[in-house]
Amino acid sequence: MITEIGHLSLILALLVSVLQIGVLGVGYAKNIFNWLYAGTLIAAVQFGFIGISFLSITWAFVNSDFSLALVTNNSHTLKPLLYKISGVWGNHEGSMLLWVLVLSFFGFLLAVLQRQIPLRFKALVLFFQSAITLAFLSFILFTSNPFARLEFPPFNGYDLNPLLQDPGLAFHPPLLYLGYVGLSISFSFALAGLVNGNINSAWASWVRPWTLLSWVFLTLGIALGSWWAYYELGWGGWWFWDPVENASFMPWLITTALLHSTLVLEKRDQLTKWTVLLSILAFSLSLIGTFLVRSGIITSVHSFASDPTRGIYILVIMILFTGGGLALYLLLGKKIRGGWAFSFWSRESALISNNLLLVISAMVVFIGTFWPLIIETIHGDKISVGPPYFNLTFTPFMIALSLLLPFGVSLTWKRGNISRALKSLIAPAVLALVLAILILSLQTGMRMLGPVGLMLAAWIILGTLWELTVKVGIGKHSLGKSLRWLKLLPRMEYGKSMAHLGFGFTIIGIASITSWEIEDIRVVQIGDTYQVGSYEFQLLEVKEIRGPNYFAQMGEFEVFQDNSLEARMFPEKRVYPVANSTTTEAAIDMGLLRDLYIVLGDFQGENAWAVRTYIKPMVNWIWIGAFVMALGGCISLSGRFPALRSRELRKAS
Amino acid sequence: MKRFITLFVLLVFLPLSVLGVEPNEILDDPQLEQRARDISQNIRCMVCQNENIDDSAAELARDFRILIREMLAEGNTDQQIYDYIEDRYGEFALLKPRFDPKNWILYFSGPILIILCLILIYRRYRNSKFEELPANDLTPEEKQKIEELISK
Repeated sequence: MITEIGHLSLILALLVSVLQIGVLGVGYAKNIFNWLYAGTLIAAVQFGFIGISFLSITWAFVNSDFSLALVTNNSHTLKPLLYKISGVWGNHEGSMLLWVLVLSFFGFLLAVLQRQIPLRFKALVLFFQSAITLAFLSFILFTSNPFARLEFPPFNGYDLNPLLQDPGLAFHPPLLYLGYVGLSISFSFALAGLVNGNINSAWASWVRPWTLLSWVFLTLGIALGSWWAYYELGWGGWWFWDPVENASFMPWLITTALLHSTLVLEKRDQLTKWTVLLSILAFSLSLIGTFLVRSGIITSVHSFASDPTRGIYILVIMILFTGGGLALYLLLGKKIRGGWAFSFWSRESALISNNLLLVISAMVVFIGTFWPLIIETIHGDKISVGPPYFNLTFTPFMIALSLLLPFGVSLTWKRGNISRALKSLIAPAVLALVLAILILSLQTGMRMLGPVGLMLAAWIILGTLWELTVKVGIGKHSLGKSLRWLKLLPRMEYGKSMAHLGFGFTIIGIASITSWEIEDIRVVQIGDTYQVGSYEFQLLEVKEIRGPNYFAQMGEFEVFQDNSLEARMFPEKRVYPVANSTTTEAAIDMGLLRDLYIVLGDFQGENAWAVRTYIKPMVNWIWIGAFVMALGGCISLSGRFPALRSRELRKAS
Repeated sequence: MKRFITLFVLLVFLPLSVLGVEPNEILDDPQLEQRARDISQNIRCMVCQNENIDDSAAELARDFRILIREMLAEGNTDQQIYDYIEDRYGEFALLKPRFDPKNWILYFSGPILIILCLILIYRRYRNSKFEELPANDLTPEEKQKIEELISK
């Protein structure tokens, strides 16, 4: 009964979105206030219906209702509750339902919260928003209905892929979806701005919270996915340049660019057309991401639920929105006034360079991801484009971006003073250089990646902190006054510095793990002691244990450094009989300076086991950095809430 | 009984290996071994979804790793090994596409795009009249007034 209500409300949601498009369209064309007002409120009804539908499918998962094909294929009565719930979006149908749920939720927030937006414009934004909702709702109902029934329900389900039964992965897809879907709002804003011909600072201030929000979610989602790969896939890799990873990384790069260009638009009323174009691109890339994951057109480790017919449907949606958006841009973009009112040495120029590097690096990733497909179509050859290619072509962009960053923040808007900016950066530059030389002399061998990476990180971190101290005049004025100024700095400034610091932290992690990781592969007998790096490892025993829905072999290790016990570690090898698969559960002893990472391998006879041991220096900084970046985004976002500011802006528009 | 079931399940399923390089594959010469690892990371495991043979647990990947080590022990250069694998198994096996005309777009599009955009942007700067506008610098009196306000 509950599932029938869910199914029905999904169908009603589809009808409501048609209704909303109609009401808003007519209301806008004839400029009828009541219709426009009613049309925006329909967003709440829409969200309500999709919410009911989502809750009912969750209910079916929690209660293991195996009369639903979806539940049978992805759940099992013995599965822990958390994974029963995360099983809802651990599959194609459910994840698409989550997608529209988020879509309608954001539409609802936009309709209700952003009161400062003039009604007519808001209606136009919601018009495009509900067109997207309609496309996805029909996609769900016609090609991937989560409410499809089984004629003969089985006694139990087939279980969720055990790799996905993990707290990290339970939240990785929803976070990414929040990010992807948030971009739909910037997209709708861009189209509405094109139609109404008004792209200005006010527009930017309405869009920017959404861009920030999407960016925060994308950052967290990607970081969580990478962390999951690190501890779950069994050899401690954290980024594979897999097509599906790229699918989330490209929108992230474009959104990062968009974040910076919206800033220019908001502060200085420049880069109008470019920002609109980026908004369209960002959402298009997130659609491509969905298409890539769902179609299985490019082989990937993520192909859990792929089906070509659905791929074609998403392809049509993608072409419709990307093509439609770009066409609208070409037709109406001319109406939007451009401008170029800033000098060569200025914050604007620095941000343009930032955008250039981010967007072109995203293009490089895009070309690399789709190149096998292109070559196969043109020449009929099958080729691969893997990590060696991406590392070679993508890294230079990030190096350039890192070098640029401290200059950019030191230049002022409109007309900067380059010699003053350079002078203020002498101290961080010298410190970073000294650090690099120090590290180079400490490490064995002449590999440059580690020292250069840490130098860039130091340059960014010190440059960022330095800019703050210069801004509040430490050294120039009394300390008390400087501190008062520091307190008075807008939240956005804090957010910006924080995000830049995070970027520096991530570079520390990446450079260290790529340069100084130690790996050891060997056969270990129970009782054996062996040395890796400065640590001594001893295998005490291996025993059989039994979990809720798996069986496992678990090793027990003791780790010593300088004869004192450093850690006790328990790597596991698990078997999930229902899903018929094995996974490794690496034992990780986490630390800020290093992770110890042990993987238990195969039984080698005579009480001996294959064991992989790693020492991974500074690896956690990769994710700490991502988290700090996201935190910076949140702080910046929090500065946007005071109602005062919105009133001020309403007058301006 | 419970213990028996646990043992049984583990015995039936665990032979599915979950690691890449196994201890018995490793070469004694650490330099050769390092070269073998580096090469392995550039070769695709062709029966897996998207993994290199160094990380993969598949049977085929193991055969490849052993092949590479044998060839290294015989004194082949890295390039000879890549060529050999490409000859037998096609370009699909290489994770880094060959640097030949077919792939030039792949390698050059990034740099070319950057240069193109820089030229376009440079022309925008040249055409913009902004630099010719008076700088509107503060007069000495204004500067003094600001200093006073700041040091209050």
